[in-house]
Amino acid sequence: MTRTLYDKLVDAHKVCDLPDGDMLIYVDFHIMNEYTSPQAFSGLESKGLNVWRPEAHLSVIDHVNATRSVEAHDAQSKLLIDNLGKNCTTHEIAFYGLGDPRQGIEHIVVPEQGLVVPGMLIACGDSHTTTYGAFGALGFGIGTSEVEHVLATQTLRYKRMKTMRVTINGDTTLGVTAKDIIMKVVQVIGAGGANGFAVEFSGSAIRNLNMAGRMTVCNMAVELGARAALIATDETTEKALKGHPHSGQFEFKGEKWVSDPNAIFDHEVTISGADIEPLITWGTSPDQSISITAHVPSAQDYVSPKAKKALERSLEYMGLDEGQSAQSIVIDTAFIGSCTNSRIEDLREAAKILDGRQVAKGVEAIVVPGSAMTRIKAEAEGLRSIFETSGFEWRPEAGCSMCLAMNDDIAMDGERVASSTNRNFEGRQGRGARTHLMSPAMVAAAAIAGHLVDVRNFK
Amino acid sequence: MKEKHMNTTIKGIAAPLPLANVDTDVIMPKRFLITITREGLADGTFADLRFDNTGQKRPEFILNKAPWKQANILVVGDNFGCGSSREHAVWGMRQLGINACIGTGFAGIFYDNARKNGLALPIVSSESRDTLLEYSKNKSGEEISIDIVSQTIKAGEILIPFEMDTSTQTSLIRGRDDTLDTLEYTNAIHNFETQLDDRMRVNVIK
Ligand code: SF4
Repeated sequence: MTRTLYDKLVDAHKVCDLPDGDMLIYVDFHIMNEYTSPQAFSGLESKGLNVWRPEAHLSVIDHVNATRSVEAHDAQSKLLIDNLGKNCTTHEIAFYGLGDPRQGIEHIVVPEQGLVVPGMLIACGDSHTTTYGAFGALGFGIGTSEVEHVLATQTLRYKRMKTMRVTINGDTTLGVTAKDIIMKVVQVIGAGGANGFAVEFSGSAIRNLNMAGRMTVCNMAVELGARAALIATDETTEKALKGHPHSGQFEFKGEKWVSDPNAIFDHEVTISGADIEPLITWGTSPDQSISITAHVPSAQDYVSPKAKKALERSLEYMGLDEGQSAQSIVIDTAFIGSCTNSRIEDLREAAKILDGRQVAKGVEAIVVPGSAMTRIKAEAEGLRSIFETSGFEWRPEAGCSMCLAMNDDIAMDGERVASSTNRNFEGRQGRGARTHLMSPAMVAAAAIAGHLVDVRNFK
Repeated sequence: MKEKHMNTTIKGIAAPLPLANVDTDVIMPKRFLITITREGLADGTFADLRFDNTGQKRPEFILNKAPWKQANILVVGDNFGCGSSREHAVWGMRQLGINACIGTGFAGIFYDNARKNGLALPIVSSESRDTLLEYSKNKSGEEISIDIVSQTIKAGEILIPFEMDTSTQTSLIRGRDDTLDTLEYTNAIHNFETQLDDRMRVNVIK
């Protein structure tokens, strides 16, 4: 029988069926952060349970830490940071805390450490765990009760999902990045359009991406509602597995981590790569996006009263007019960071645009490298000096920062941010803050112009 | 099976919350997440919808108005619970007294978090959801009931079937503790592990 890559991964990790239709699946590797794990550890303690296999877990600090210094910016975040350190010591779990040269955003740290290889099953108390699908590994986000469950049993209760294949055929045009590809997919399928599905990305536009690009695509697949995102392994994947601290320590052989040629998916979507343009979001959901050359929608573009009302609400929150051109949107802040786009490759793309240019007057521009290792590499390559010469503020400590504003990097009420992050929900970057999602190169271009602008005009 | 409570019918006033794509940050804003316990989250739930910048109740918000102040059931828009994985959103809703949330579809992690905490999420068609939105708005104060066993919602004379998988149903009725339940499969997990050779075992460098 032919199987999809997703089915092979699930089959390879099935421990047993459970009486009520769920199954138990084995978790090869589990990652924790400081804000979704505390209650899992206290759950273990109150039930008198131990961690099943401590060496299969890694904890990092990334969500609440300040990025200006290794010191916590307030007492409450310090409590969370210290609490995770203490829990890891008690349970003998690896902990990459502040000041550790391996610290950074969980989804940046894991590939950098060589902790993801094809065929693995990875869980983490964070929705963007879909990132690991870029390596042909099954990664998905879990809640805190499930974190407790993995700690105590090394397994999860699981229900097999439906499968969807999204094929992006043909080459993309110059200036179009992995971020634009996934933003296009989210626009076409809709936020929640892949709820209940595991999505496999295929087609030449995906094949042509490097690993950083594939990670960006799989990372943001959760904005479709996909609980898992996958890309078949190939030579690009194989090459990426070498040269990291954990490289060669483990491998998950036994299957070809690709879908069988005739495998049947429950749903198929095809998008033409050539039709994708650099995109920006105008609204408060990641599927509310338009090409940078287009205009914000008008009420007349919609038929149903419900949709008209939703448009009105989004535009009011975003402070935009119906039909306004994308390039007329003036920004206050430019932010480059997050698990979607703060890898070395992203910083290089942005630096190319910034080199020899100046950030517009009045724009506050910030870049937060995704990990300490990324920062060191970027500094050695001279990227830091390009960013700083152009007027960007280079943050010395890695973390989620203004992606979700749980530290002191908070956008003010009404502040408009061009952002390389993944969510433009109301209040995501601060109460009343207005987020426009786009690629890191587009953020750099917007910082220079002072408004959203087509990166293809920057040679 | 560790059984905590038997809960086969949920009865109460339903409040309409028709917004689509309500994400977990709207349900539980991030400033309430700087905590290491599960408690004390009732005030944070829907905080920016319920309260203004000065902490005053917004009189126009449905859960601040009679009779919906008493609501223990919500009728919600599409894709409710999307975004971050934070279980705090579900803990908060439960602490605010919400027992069920009726919608057309929920984000996956939110759905799983809900079932771990006894929050029922009956899934209905768009038409049925719209009917229930209207009912809860117009027949305010009249209770509706959700029967988990027969998978039907009763609103006055209207009967609406809903979807719920068997395991979620069992979970809600029994209130089981998944962690303790799974430890009854310790042998199966050990057996699985013995089949893994050393090359398939992650060992994170400390
Ligand atoms: S960078 Fe943003 S999306 Fe990624 S893990 Fe951090 S908060 Fe979540």
